[in-house]
Amino acid sequence: MAIKPKKKATRRPKILSRDGVLKAVLDNGLTVVLKENHNAPVATFWCWYRVGSRHERSGITGISHWVEHMLFKGTKTYPKATVDQVVSREGGVWNGMTWLDFTTYFETLPAAKIDLALQIEADRMVNALFVPKEVESERTVIISERQGGENYPQFLLGEVLHATAFLVHGYHHETIGHLCDLQSMTRDDLHSHYQTYYAPNNCVAVGVGAFEAKDMLARIDKAFGRIKPGPALPKIASVEPEQKGERRVTVEGEEMTSYIDVAYRAPDARHPDFIALVVLDAILAGLSFGGGSTNASSRLYRALVDTELTTDVSGGLVPTHDPFLYIIGATVRQGRTPAEVEAALDAELQKIIDQPPAQAEVDKAIKQAKAQFAYGSESVTNQGYWYGFSEMFADTTWFEQYLDRLAQVTLDDVHRVAKEYLAKSRRTVGYYVPKKQG
Amino acid sequence: MTKDEGQSRIAHYAPRIMHHVSRITHQSASIPGPETIERREYPNGMVVLVKENFSNPTVVIDGTLRFGSADVKREQAGLASFMTDVLMRGTQRRTFQQIYEEIESVGATADVSAGLNASSFGSKSLAEDLSRAIDILADVLQHPAFPEAEVEKVRGEILTDLQERADDTRRMAGLTFRELLYPDAHPYANSGTGYTETIAALTRDDLERFYRERTGPQGMIVVIVGAVKTDEAFRIWEDTFGNWTVANNHRAALPDAPRVSNARRKSVDVPGKTQSDLILGFVGPPRSAPDYFPAALCNTILGVFGLNGRVGAKVRVQGGMAYYAYTSLEGGLGPGAWSVIAGVHPSKVDRAVELIRAEIKRICESKVPAKELADNKAYITGSLPLRLETNDGVAAQISNMELYGLGLDYLQKYTDMVNAITAQQVQAAAQRYLDPDAYALAIAGPTSK
Repeated sequence: MAIKPKKKATRRPKILSRDGVLKAVLDNGLTVVLKENHNAPVATFWCWYRVGSRHERSGITGISHWVEHMLFKGTKTYPKATVDQVVSREGGVWNGMTWLDFTTYFETLPAAKIDLALQIEADRMVNALFVPKEVESERTVIISERQGGENYPQFLLGEVLHATAFLVHGYHHETIGHLCDLQSMTRDDLHSHYQTYYAPNNCVAVGVGAFEAKDMLARIDKAFGRIKPGPALPKIASVEPEQKGERRVTVEGEEMTSYIDVAYRAPDARHPDFIALVVLDAILAGLSFGGGSTNASSRLYRALVDTELTTDVSGGLVPTHDPFLYIIGATVRQGRTPAEVEAALDAELQKIIDQPPAQAEVDKAIKQAKAQFAYGSESVTNQGYWYGFSEMFADTTWFEQYLDRLAQVTLDDVHRVAKEYLAKSRRTVGYYVPKKQG
Repeated sequence: MTKDEGQSRIAHYAPRIMHHVSRITHQSASIPGPETIERREYPNGMVVLVKENFSNPTVVIDGTLRFGSADVKREQAGLASFMTDVLMRGTQRRTFQQIYEEIESVGATADVSAGLNASSFGSKSLAEDLSRAIDILADVLQHPAFPEAEVEKVRGEILTDLQERADDTRRMAGLTFRELLYPDAHPYANSGTGYTETIAALTRDDLERFYRERTGPQGMIVVIVGAVKTDEAFRIWEDTFGNWTVANNHRAALPDAPRVSNARRKSVDVPGKTQSDLILGFVGPPRSAPDYFPAALCNTILGVFGLNGRVGAKVRVQGGMAYYAYTSLEGGLGPGAWSVIAGVHPSKVDRAVELIRAEIKRICESKVPAKELADNKAYITGSLPLRLETNDGVAAQISNMELYGLGLDYLQKYTDMVNAITAQQVQAAAQRYLDPDAYALAIAGPTSK
């Protein structure tokens, strides 16, 4: 794809909504989401692409993540690995991320410098070079990234757990990809993936910070408006079939500590039950979203950690485009076994399956979410993350209406989703245990 | 966590930019300083600093206590962090569950945690819940009960964590590195978390005694930042901490930590892993050292800037050998470590060490070119607004100003101070602390050599 001269300088982006947030679509299909925030003289700019492990098939697992790395390895304008230096020298921070449904890039800069981010992102949307030598150099970096993960039992267990929970869907493999694929993928595989998915019509640009939204939109249009839209994107046909019965996996390692993960099939983020599951998760294991909070007053902490079966417990609920998992994980305390933990977990879960929670527990979840929301709003980078992330599985209204929808969740809703989604027949139980001697 | 100064901050503009219309008011207006921070000293020895910020409805408390794992002998290693963990486990008025129910039910956090030279406590809450958070902090710091059952629960959690550490290449490299770097008698050589045998042997009485002797308002620093009126913040804090008058002991001076005089290398076998972690480093300057600033800039050049500076460029970007390769300068109240950290395949360890030593040699032997120096200064000064974006960020900066005696106008002077650093000073700092032939090198991975 090449940058073509703009036909008309007077072209105006179509503004879709304007409710504290300006949302527009450029002629080439680029969605733009902007929010002014003048609390500090900083701004963040993100480009979100709808491509992640969801879009990968066997043989090219990990390709989206590798492409992300290659976008730091050079264009004509920013050759080799200079783009990071260009941002740093302006006092900025930057990163790239790839996950289940998306690949994203951001720069957060002193507000007066934010145009630099627009230039960089518009350039690498279409001009990344994929120089063969750089592809090879990055191959070993990514293999090293994978091997760093392999040093941790939680990674090894998670990989097998996902692969067991999903037979068909792209969510079955890790975003980093399988080692054999990382060893065998070619420069052309990567470049073709890039050409397929990197186009304005598959991208959401997000800006939050100390700028004027309309002015910023004009600057984004100037930077991105000339990039031609790409062809229609490949349809993802894989649909995970219904799970019929519990699945169990065990991974053995040299480590002395055991771990347990129990993964329940969860709905996608747009499903009406998802928000009730957010409350259920908060009651069971503390609110997943936001992070940084303790969960010592949650039901599962009391049932597993307080009783000295585990040293921690966590609940993981991720908003995703397609149905994913709700994963309860714990580190088994010295001298205890995963089976003991599983029995206690089942007994505790049975209580909320048998009986609705108390109103106070739901109120607590809502208050926690309200506080997390306020903490998250301090940082423009964090807001940029949520505006963009929500576009990857729903749209920005998902994020904006999150607290209101949470407040409408009833005791019956929580009880109903507990009964439905915590069924043993739709879960995968994973143990990580020390290798048997002899 | 230890209260260590990380990299730093503000704006030397080297505009390579296009057309921007800056609507930003002059930056010093938004940088905390004597005009916007109020500081009060109290008869019981505590210092409280308050900075209002009504742009969001939250309040952060960032507190520092004058004890740490450096005050603990090797045979009791882990005592400080074991003690602070148990502080949150019950008071004379509240059980463990009551403490966390009160905190978590309003979506707040509160914690106390031991560091190396200083320990920290703090909270984050919505402004409407500030009194509750302070009441809990006052209760756990002034009236802990050290319940026997909770001591045993925490002990089991720490022992499990130590079991995990033994299987963790990063943590084992870190543990081994400190043992190599510091003399046996130096407390920095010991693990802050402890060892299986020390944790197993510590008693409830040991914890309570350490609390009684070390925890008090003498030298305590409290920073409150957020949506609360200054007078109101002082009033709540004085009501709950003003009458706390126990005398915490004075601390023994740290023994010397001489420069490493030779190349020391130690490998730890962590079976079943695919990657090795290595740490190569030196005894670095404390935050109070006159050459701390040049050393910090040198560290940025060596292993922070862009994709982790010169080391990252050689080991990751050009060498394709590692996903992470960077440097870290602890600074802090004592002679913390200055180190290079990388994760590489076991077969690449020697090559990575060679590249790292070559970069250390280069920064010791040659002056940093003017452009590279200017870029690095621009980064650490230009990124200051990003560090001051959140209440946590502002509180951490104010806390550092007080802890290290930098003055309330420190951030306002910061840019000029950084810009005044010369290439000669950077090289002198490198030569003083770094040496390509005399270092501590710890490696943890699947095969020992």
